[in-house]
Amino acid sequence: MAKYLLLKHYRGAPAAVNDVPMDRWAPDEVTAHLQYMRDFAKRLEGTGEYVDHQALSPEGTFVRYDGEGRPPVTDGPFAETKDLIAGWMVIDVESYDRALELAGELSAAPGANGEPIHEWLEIRPFYGVQATATE
Amino acid sequence: MSEALLRELVPAVIGVLVRRGASFATAEDAVQDAAVEALRTWPREEPRDPKGWLVTVAWRRFVDGVRADDARRRREELVDAEPRPEPGPEEDDTLQLYFLCAHPSLTPASAVALTLRAVGGLTTRQIAQAYLVPEATMAQRISRAKRTIADVRLDEPGDVATVLRVLYLVFNEGYSGDVDLAAEAIRLTRQLAAGVPHEEVAGLLALMLLHHARRPARTDDDGALIPLAEQDRARWDTRLIAEGVAILQAALARDRLGEFQAQAAIAALHADARSHEETDWVQIVEWYDELVRLTDNPVARLNRAVALGEADGARAGLAALAELDPNLPRYAAVAAYLHERAGDPATAARLYVAAAGAATTLPERDHLTRQAARLNAQERG
Repeated sequence: MAKYLLLKHYRGAPAAVNDVPMDRWAPDEVTAHLQYMRDFAKRLEGTGEYVDHQALSPEGTFVRYDGEGRPPVTDGPFAETKDLIAGWMVIDVESYDRALELAGELSAAPGANGEPIHEWLEIRPFYGVQATATE
Repeated sequence: MSEALLRELVPAVIGVLVRRGASFATAEDAVQDAAVEALRTWPREEPRDPKGWLVTVAWRRFVDGVRADDARRRREELVDAEPRPEPGPEEDDTLQLYFLCAHPSLTPASAVALTLRAVGGLTTRQIAQAYLVPEATMAQRISRAKRTIADVRLDEPGDVATVLRVLYLVFNEGYSGDVDLAAEAIRLTRQLAAGVPHEEVAGLLALMLLHHARRPARTDDDGALIPLAEQDRARWDTRLIAEGVAILQAALARDRLGEFQAQAAIAALHADARSHEETDWVQIVEWYDELVRLTDNPVARLNRAVALGEADGARAGLAALAELDPNLPRYAAVAAYLHERAGDPATAARLYVAAAGAATTLPERDHLTRQAARLNAQERG
């Protein structure tokens, strides 16, 4: 089994095919979308492939160390940050192909007019553990 | 087996160990070990005397711990220890634990964790699950908290207000994992109210009961939020409402108003209305005035603006809102609501989008997004 991170972006991914902001959908379409996401996570729990998912608020700030005895420096939030992560799901699956397959299904979540969003998701493999047998 | 019984016994058993000479920190650890052991073995065979069982197992753990932990010195200290003050009744032990676990030197998160473990009798694992952190993290939080209060004597009188703040935090956490924190907060507040005849303890208990009564109506089957105005009031728990109102009335009769009584009074007025339209908004605004006078809390002012919008019209609500800091949490959501009532759906929709971006929970974000979607769909016709 291998773990993959499926990343969803507020900004920074290529434009989705069905690219309409959520507040421009019909209320029922919002409900249907949320239901699809819940069902998806539940189904992966059922197949033993689900690890975690979390959503992030769009507000973010950059922080860095500014030397001994000084408070950290902050910068932002940047309204136009190029890359803004909206949330993630971690899955634990047999193969890379299976991870692609699941990401594809997640990207098909319904959006405006009940049509699939065709949203671009980023898929990132976790580093695994060193197998003892390869020593 | 009765896990509820186990939880009730924990603070008393800690009290027994402390009176036998253990420090609070070691007694609490020993009783936690005994409680975990009880969760494992009681389902197979519950002891005839559960409290005696817990005392025996916890005391054995304590003695083992003393032995293992550079034994001789500690045991000698124990033997030589000065006689403790005359032990009071057990209820007093439990009350002292409330004050100790909510000690002002603790951060709110630490006080909450320690209260749930030592007074609530929950295991570290259960608390960790409820707050969605790893068990090791929660264990560290608790042991650091115990080090912080190591020098506080159990017989020092505490401030009841700090205890109430901790219980209020626990209540507002709702529930996730196996433990219903709202129900647990009610149990602990009920127990406190039984021992401390303080109006604000009663006020907080009433507030919790009145809010808890609405819980079944507050979300739909998928966890989506249902605002107060749209809740099915038939699903409110009338038994809890009756109890909350009775407790509140008894507290108010003593004429020492505090913020929790004022909040409970507002909750009682909502509970009393058969529909959103029949709500006595004028009285609710008056109670918010009291609350603002008592606390000067900006969130109370924000909620007052909503109530004023219902009592005197949306324009009055917007005027009150204009005097507040736009950076307050939920400010945009309140502004959106009032603008829609004032007949400006385009502004309302825009504000709902902003409010969704600033939401601090997912159900709240989804609810606000849906509000924006609803208004935009109406605009399109």
